[in-house]
Amino acid sequence: MDPTALLLSRLQFAFTISFHIIFPAFTIGLAAWLTVLEAMHQYSGKPVYRTLFAFWLKIFGVAFGMGVVSGVVMAFQFGTNWSVLSKMSGPIQGPLLSYETFTAFMLEAGFFGILIFGRPRVPPWFYLFSTAMVAVGTTLSAFWIMVNNSWMQVPTGYVLQNDQFVPDDWTQIIFNRVVWVRFPHMLLASYLTGAFCVAATGARYLLRRTYRAEAHVMLRMGLALAAVLLPAQLFIGHLVGDYVHDYQPAKFAAIEARWHDEQPASEVLIAIPDSSTESNKYAISIPVLGSIIGSMSLTSKEVGLTSFAPQDRPPVLIPFFTFRIMVGCGFVMLGLAWLGTWLGLKHRLDRNRLLLWGIFLSFPLPWVAILTGWYTAEVGRQPWTVYGVLRTADAVTPFLTASAAMTSLILFVAVYAFIFSFGTYYIYRLLRAGPAGLGGRPLHVPVPNRPMSLADQVPAARSYLGAGE
Amino acid sequence: MVMYWVALLAISILIYLLLDGFDLGVGMLFSAAGGESQRDAMLSTVAPVWDGNETWLIVTGVIMWGSFPVVYAMVMSAFYIPVLVMLLGLILRGVAFEFRGKALSSRWVWDVSFVVGSFAASFMQGAMVGALVEGLQFSNGDYTGGTLGWLTAFSALCGVGLCFGYSLLGACWLVRKCDGPVRDAARRQIPPLAIGVLVFLVVVFAYALAENLPILQRWTDRPYLFVFPVIGAGAAAMLAKSILRHDDYWPFHMVALIFVAAFATLALSFWPYMIPFVVTIDEAAAPHASLAFMFWGAGLFVFPLMLLYVAIGYRVFRGKAAPAADHY
Repeated sequence: MDPTALLLSRLQFAFTISFHIIFPAFTIGLAAWLTVLEAMHQYSGKPVYRTLFAFWLKIFGVAFGMGVVSGVVMAFQFGTNWSVLSKMSGPIQGPLLSYETFTAFMLEAGFFGILIFGRPRVPPWFYLFSTAMVAVGTTLSAFWIMVNNSWMQVPTGYVLQNDQFVPDDWTQIIFNRVVWVRFPHMLLASYLTGAFCVAATGARYLLRRTYRAEAHVMLRMGLALAAVLLPAQLFIGHLVGDYVHDYQPAKFAAIEARWHDEQPASEVLIAIPDSSTESNKYAISIPVLGSIIGSMSLTSKEVGLTSFAPQDRPPVLIPFFTFRIMVGCGFVMLGLAWLGTWLGLKHRLDRNRLLLWGIFLSFPLPWVAILTGWYTAEVGRQPWTVYGVLRTADAVTPFLTASAAMTSLILFVAVYAFIFSFGTYYIYRLLRAGPAGLGGRPLHVPVPNRPMSLADQVPAARSYLGAGE
Repeated sequence: MVMYWVALLAISILIYLLLDGFDLGVGMLFSAAGGESQRDAMLSTVAPVWDGNETWLIVTGVIMWGSFPVVYAMVMSAFYIPVLVMLLGLILRGVAFEFRGKALSSRWVWDVSFVVGSFAASFMQGAMVGALVEGLQFSNGDYTGGTLGWLTAFSALCGVGLCFGYSLLGACWLVRKCDGPVRDAARRQIPPLAIGVLVFLVVVFAYALAENLPILQRWTDRPYLFVFPVIGAGAAAMLAKSILRHDDYWPFHMVALIFVAAFATLALSFWPYMIPFVVTIDEAAAPHASLAFMFWGAGLFVFPLMLLYVAIGYRVFRGKAAPAADHY
């Protein structure tokens, strides 16, 4: 095993999966929102829902496409860079990811084509059904991924035979208590991402004084959903913390920057953890609160990092800060959602431009929260890839050379940077053009089999008017 | 149980070859298209289905990982560079579907990435099959052939051969789905592509037989195997006939049949090896608990459902695609 190849493989995995999660996190929520819009349009007949559907569908198309292509990489990367892991855990992770592909990917992919191109070709009920199937597919995909990752975090239901993890209890693997807090945590995070993007778009249009009808619907629905989901998310987040406390005490200690056993334990709010001296600099802490958070007790003893052998400790700096950034984003979003909903109910939101700016500028927060949350979970479980059983250093492809790993990392970074910059630019342009970007063309004109999604009417119409680039 | 998953793996690979084959083929032929409206028309025949087609590659990957983890780990790690290039190719061509129409002055970027991505992915897939047939170096389950050990004259030839094969499928797909100049151009491309594919197949099999005597043994032991090359030859004759008759429907099916015959010939030549002469099916199979868990849900119930989604997708978008002129 080449230590440089190991480091590069870890960087590559972190980079490709961080890039990938941006898109599913967005499209899971967006697919559900599209289903709601289509259902409301078919039920109420109000054109505003149809306009909004057509508008968000274009954005969904771009984000979904980037999610698909960056997801294919994940299915192969386990084998290319982590061959020991693939060989050992294939009997458990392989079937779980097979279930994901079989139940989720094919469902999404099959109905995505109909969602984008099929409206003129199918009856309305079937179109609504197709939209719902795409939403179900994205959700199922998240479920299986969480089952898979939770098994790596808290491996259970297996026996080790001939250097392989052989499953002996699938119900324990799938109905692992850990799955059922982490899956809702991820699902709510995705819905919050969708909700905040929709609300932020609405806020932007109100600030620009355009598309008032659509902007009100977006702002109202987005903020109301976020206002309800955020308290639930904070509660489930606390339950996730409980599982970490019980099953991964070293990760918990790293998140808390607790170096030594304490009884009762204090809670470090902010500090600069220093692993060379095994202590915190500039710490602000609250006595006893650490025991309350960890064990709901005033007197409990909480474990510190020095209780673990140095080679079994995770890095401290990253989990400590990423966790605090995630929680901070959660509270900022909660404040915005509650304040916005309350002012909205009193019909005073339109005039509060400061809050509208706040809501608009908050659109990256859910992504920041998701990424930092995942960094907490994944960096915090080091040095293990299958927790407590298989070390990351032992899981990497043993004959991988540093030059091959460097080549692949550079190429991934280059290609992803390239498509990401274009993709976000196209989404930005769609958002800027707004719902009327459809160019006033009647929505029922059959445009079957368009080369790409419905969206090129935006630039086409603009350049026709001499307003293009 | 093991046989069931071998069968499902084979079926998934075959479906992938046929479905993504035609859309990668359209991607390569895209480079020869005459003008913007033809390019739009070509793309519109694959845009609603490409995502589903590519998903069969993931299906293949995860079945291999779940049912034959040893093979998955050995093959993927040995093919580090070709898998990487294939994935990057698929990424570049995949985003082109969504990005191309949203670009104004930069549309050519996505035209280029669509073509280059399609070539890269097709070539690497062919080269990997070629390298497997030729034989990779392993010791104790670890690949020892070096980063570029997969690259030989034979594997490169197979890469080029698969580019021809996919392009032929793509041309037949365009004949089936398009009218006017796109169809006429595709029709003209079919004969040279078909001859290229047949020459390639003959060369490859002659080479494989000359290099690997064990294979020759298999064929003389089991003469019924000759049925597949015969089916392939019959399909080639039917293809020639349907082209001469200017038929739009049959060429695609005949080329598909040639693919099936070639795939079956190849697979049965190496039976029961998954990695030729290194790992057999039984050695690679996952524990029974894994195979059974996959069988009683995904295998038995969800797999037919997946076929149903595919059928629905193709049914909704059946018939000739709308001419490009309708788009504006």
